[in-house]
Amino acid sequence: MRRSTTPAHGAAPVHLGMPSFPRAAAEAVHDRTLRANLRHATHTIREKRAGAVAELDDWDRLREAGKRIKDHTLRHLDRYLEQLEEAVTGAGGAVHWAEDAAEANRIVTALVKQTGEREVVKVKSMATQEIGLNEALRAEGIAAYETDLAELIVQLGDDRPSHILVPAIHRNRGEIRDIFADRMGRWGRPAPEGLGDDPRELAEAARLHLREKFLRARVAVSGANFMVAETGTLVVVESEGNGRMCLTLPETLISVVGIEKTVPTWRDLEVFLQTLPRSSTAERMNPYTSMWTGTAAARARDGDGPRTFHLVLLDNGRTGVLADDVGRQALRCIRCSACLNVCPVYERAGGHAYGSVYPGPIGAILSPQLRGIGSDIDASLPYASSLCGACFEVCPVAIDIPEVLVHLRERVADRGGAGRRLEKAAVKAAGWLLDHPGALAAVERTASRTRALLPNRPPGAGAWTAERELPELPPEPFRDWWRKNRT
Amino acid sequence: MTPPEPRACHTPQSSRGRILARVRAAVAGAPEAPEPARDHLASHAPGDPADLADLLHANLADYRAVVHRTDGPGLPALIARLLADHGARSVAVPDGLPDHWLGDADAERRTDEEPLTTRRLDETDAVVTGCALAIAETGTIVLDGGPGQGRRALSLIPDLHICVVRAPGQIVASVPQALPLLDPARPLTWISGPSATSDIELDRVEGVHGPRRLEAVLLTGAQR
Repeated sequence: MRRSTTPAHGAAPVHLGMPSFPRAAAEAVHDRTLRANLRHATHTIREKRAGAVAELDDWDRLREAGKRIKDHTLRHLDRYLEQLEEAVTGAGGAVHWAEDAAEANRIVTALVKQTGEREVVKVKSMATQEIGLNEALRAEGIAAYETDLAELIVQLGDDRPSHILVPAIHRNRGEIRDIFADRMGRWGRPAPEGLGDDPRELAEAARLHLREKFLRARVAVSGANFMVAETGTLVVVESEGNGRMCLTLPETLISVVGIEKTVPTWRDLEVFLQTLPRSSTAERMNPYTSMWTGTAAARARDGDGPRTFHLVLLDNGRTGVLADDVGRQALRCIRCSACLNVCPVYERAGGHAYGSVYPGPIGAILSPQLRGIGSDIDASLPYASSLCGACFEVCPVAIDIPEVLVHLRERVADRGGAGRRLEKAAVKAAGWLLDHPGALAAVERTASRTRALLPNRPPGAGAWTAERELPELPPEPFRDWWRKNRT
Repeated sequence: MTPPEPRACHTPQSSRGRILARVRAAVAGAPEAPEPARDHLASHAPGDPADLADLLHANLADYRAVVHRTDGPGLPALIARLLADHGARSVAVPDGLPDHWLGDADAERRTDEEPLTTRRLDETDAVVTGCALAIAETGTIVLDGGPGQGRRALSLIPDLHICVVRAPGQIVASVPQALPLLDPARPLTWISGPSATSDIELDRVEGVHGPRRLEAVLLTGAQR
């Protein structure tokens, strides 16, 4: 069984004993089933997304609008959070503030205990995974049931999610059948006898298994895709209806949401409700979107929705990200996962290698910023990329992920250690050379002429070269070849 | 965009105070963010109401809703037939649903005047509702709990949802056109086809927790 731990300062959990990205990825690329599952899934969704985006002539303008709305919100986040708090409170909700994972977990645990209940149903939420809420609740004797199909597969399989949108993307239908047949009985209603591996049959088994939990649940925990400061409205975007069940049927609803999920106005949703579904599931619109404002519905119409609503606003490293001039753009992320689906590194390494609930290119810039670069895995994540730029191309809020990766590499290099110091010096030297074309040409020619004499690993840079080979030097510099052959 | 005025400072020693202080310190030296241009299109669809109904029809069907069209006099018979075809013996009736919509139906009517419990709804085969509006270019129907739509649980728990859209009156072209018509203080449910999942090998399967059958009825010649 894999365990995760919450560090003493209460930030997001790092999975215990998680090896650095290159080691974890090296293991993953030898897993043929995993590679086949991932390749099939990411290629399918990639093409569909391109089609859904191509339907909108103004995609670039929507992307730019989404970027600017988020940047504006972040620039004045203090004021929008206060406005949001006032609107939610005015609509009958209670607002709580959590500085880190430990505080958020304490708040939610206390709120659940106040209800007297020992179980909660959960809507898929990245924020609650980030803080390790299920584990914290379990330690206090409260069972948290994941109700999203993929999260259910992960929870029953005692596994970790490997994709933001499709957490069980690393599992194929046969594996899912086995998990359901084997494990459902331990958590509630067992899988039907003779369960097959047809996705329809598997979805039906999940429906039956979770139905009893929805109907008796009195407390639900969710995240949110957007919070509208102006109105206090929360928005949850989903497909299966488990979100509607959790947001509608229980008496108490607790939503744990990162502070960066704020948008200023109701109208701003017109941008994100167009870009998010097409980027994530490649649909014109996802099957279900729920919007609610405090407990207004329960008060206006007898019994429509939870009578008690708590919003837990989560920092957990986000204000640190906000302070970084280059890195703060990561807070624009709307968790669509388009960057995972186009990433050649993700496709081969899989989500688990990233050692975080946020895998793929966005995880490579988000995790080291939220958690710091103190662990091997977080220090290696900025290198988990070929800088090909496909992630930036598809990002619906135009996060320049390669730019942030390079920025974080500098920070890792600044941290010290022999290899890192040399690397930093090399980056600086490269910067100078690229600014001085004459010198660059001279260096290139010297390198080409003396290439037979050069070792394939430079001396004194062990920490760097242990994981990398020097590329072979060409017989002549590209610019000389170009001059001879093309001008 | 003008951000709201800063509020009076609260206890800085609370988590709230510390988070807000960190936010202020983080953005203190940051450049002002440029104004969003908002030059994206208000609609991608044709302006003719008849074309909008066709587009809604096509997009709903694309995501596996079954779409029907009828005029006012034909509506009770169509609803009765849909209920019978699905073998629905009971139907939840939201407050404010026009009486004659179920005038021809044989199914037992369960009104929500005395609120239907979750268990009772689970034993109810179908629900018939109206809607607040529908969005043609995304194939979306929006419910806001208004007359004839009921509490959210009514359109969620029964396995068959028959939803009547007044065409052309309730159809708008796009998401940007829909939002100003909706009241955020009401509980809003946006529905684009029946419940679905792509969680197994990204293979789309219709029918998980929400109603597995969505029958959308375009009531032609009707205003809002």
